[in-house]
Amino acid sequence: MNIVVLVKQVPDSGSERKLDSSDNTVARAGADNVVNEIDEYAIEEALAVKEAQGGEVTVLSVGPDSATDAIRKALSMGADKAVHVSDPAIHGSDAIATSVVLAAALGQLEYDLIICGAEATDSQMSVMPALLAERLGLPQVSGARKLTIDGSTVKVERQTDGGYWALEAPLPAIVSTWDTINEPRYPSFKGIMAAKKKPVETKTLADLGVDPSTVGLGAAASEVLDFAGRPPKGEGVKVPDEGDGAQKFVDYLAGQKIV
Amino acid sequence: MAEVLVLAELNPAGGGVRKTTLEALTAARAVGEPSAVVIAAPGTAAGVREQLAEYGAATVYVAESPEIDEFLVAPKAEVLAQLVGEKSPAAVVIPSSPEGKEIAARLAVKIGSGFLTDVTEITADGTATQLAFAGQVIVHSRVKTGTPVYTLRGNSVAPEPAPAAGTEQQVPVSLSDAAKQTRVVDRVVEQKSSRPELTEASIVVSGGRGVASAENFSIIEALADSLGAAVGASRAAVDSGFYPHSFQVGQTGKTVSPQLYVAVGISGAIQHRAGMQTSKTIVAINKDAEAPIFELADFGVIGDLNVVVPQATELITARK
Repeated sequence: MNIVVLVKQVPDSGSERKLDSSDNTVARAGADNVVNEIDEYAIEEALAVKEAQGGEVTVLSVGPDSATDAIRKALSMGADKAVHVSDPAIHGSDAIATSVVLAAALGQLEYDLIICGAEATDSQMSVMPALLAERLGLPQVSGARKLTIDGSTVKVERQTDGGYWALEAPLPAIVSTWDTINEPRYPSFKGIMAAKKKPVETKTLADLGVDPSTVGLGAAASEVLDFAGRPPKGEGVKVPDEGDGAQKFVDYLAGQKIV
Repeated sequence: MAEVLVLAELNPAGGGVRKTTLEALTAARAVGEPSAVVIAAPGTAAGVREQLAEYGAATVYVAESPEIDEFLVAPKAEVLAQLVGEKSPAAVVIPSSPEGKEIAARLAVKIGSGFLTDVTEITADGTATQLAFAGQVIVHSRVKTGTPVYTLRGNSVAPEPAPAAGTEQQVPVSLSDAAKQTRVVDRVVEQKSSRPELTEASIVVSGGRGVASAENFSIIEALADSLGAAVGASRAAVDSGFYPHSFQVGQTGKTVSPQLYVAVGISGAIQHRAGMQTSKTIVAINKDAEAPIFELADFGVIGDLNVVVPQATELITARK
């Protein structure tokens, strides 16, 4: 079972994140960049499938040179090798253009299963499995909280409000995972040392046969016109409970015509 | 006026259209004349046509087939792409559920267009508003290529009736093999709740680590029920096993934007703020006066939630 895990490096959602005012793209240089949190669950799931079925886990990431940190993290958890697509022309790509690059890179890999996180904390779009399934003609098996491989079939519980949908699809397929699916392992010291020796192949758009004019900021099918920070909230009212806290709370709601 | 296709999102089994659909019909009127598209199992459209007409659908396209619900997402994207090809609409508006965003993505690839997810407003020139980085940054954006496809975030637009003809037009469904790969073999509801759905609710009452146990979440539920609210939980509460993950509000859970958000025993970590800070009014109840949640709160009570919450529930119930 050969598995490709898609990993995205994102600005840490726990730190202040910005758009770059020069071109309205996500400010990645100078940001506190980390592996997208939900991707760690995807990596863990890929490793679990490999441990049960045998095979190899390949990390695939599209991003600037700094994305090597995210790739090393995935390798230190136990992935076998990595492909890093890095090309200045990719900068500013929207989700559609990014899916063109990922689809081209996947076209050069052998896989039975593609796994990615269900959402990136920077864009919060949750659309990459759908875009790639559409481009590659693969079954879209997204939003998993549980994954089982049964012969040549993948079975997934797709998380929904208040329950799940049971999905089945033939392999190869693309699966995305939520953070309910497992508990990601921490890289061991041995894993971190071993990761340094694992192969990371860097590819450019030319290597993938992607015309640079079809991706990047200029080719994006959507654009950010302008942006502004959320205006700060006015100072709220804060009352200590001196036996009348609940009454004051209800009075406030009544004043807002809520009760 | 140019036609705008609005994909109807329906409640399960005869439950009518979801509020998000009425919101989408309302938002679509900014860019043109909305037509609703019902892509569902046979016999579905008859029960919702009137409501779609009431909220502005001049035409209701009906694409019904038993195969729609048998497979995930792809059939709806395929039917919608076919309809876009035939009608050349000015735009497509889809409610921003997980499925809605995936339909938008596949549709955009099929028709060679750009798409914008989770927009909160669409203006006459097609410019949309989006909230980036969990609401910290307000962005104006537009689609440059093809027919703009938008997904509209829930609770962003107040649904307004605008009666229209709602003329039914049948759309034949013929799915490709590519759309029939991921089979939905079962739909399982684990938590039956009479409460409103979290992302649609106009009031949300959430509990955090301070609630201290799963049993004690009953006081959160009681307050929610007195207000007709949905119940939410912080990640800390979910990770501690107090409440199920599907009710988690925050960066890795649901994003809500209700009229009123009541945060009980929630400190207000960035992870949580990401999911609720665009709420219109925020009230916090917390014993720690320094809790960061108070920075966001319009009104805050510093006190023991085990005392304040049951009292408040009683007072609200008494007012009815």
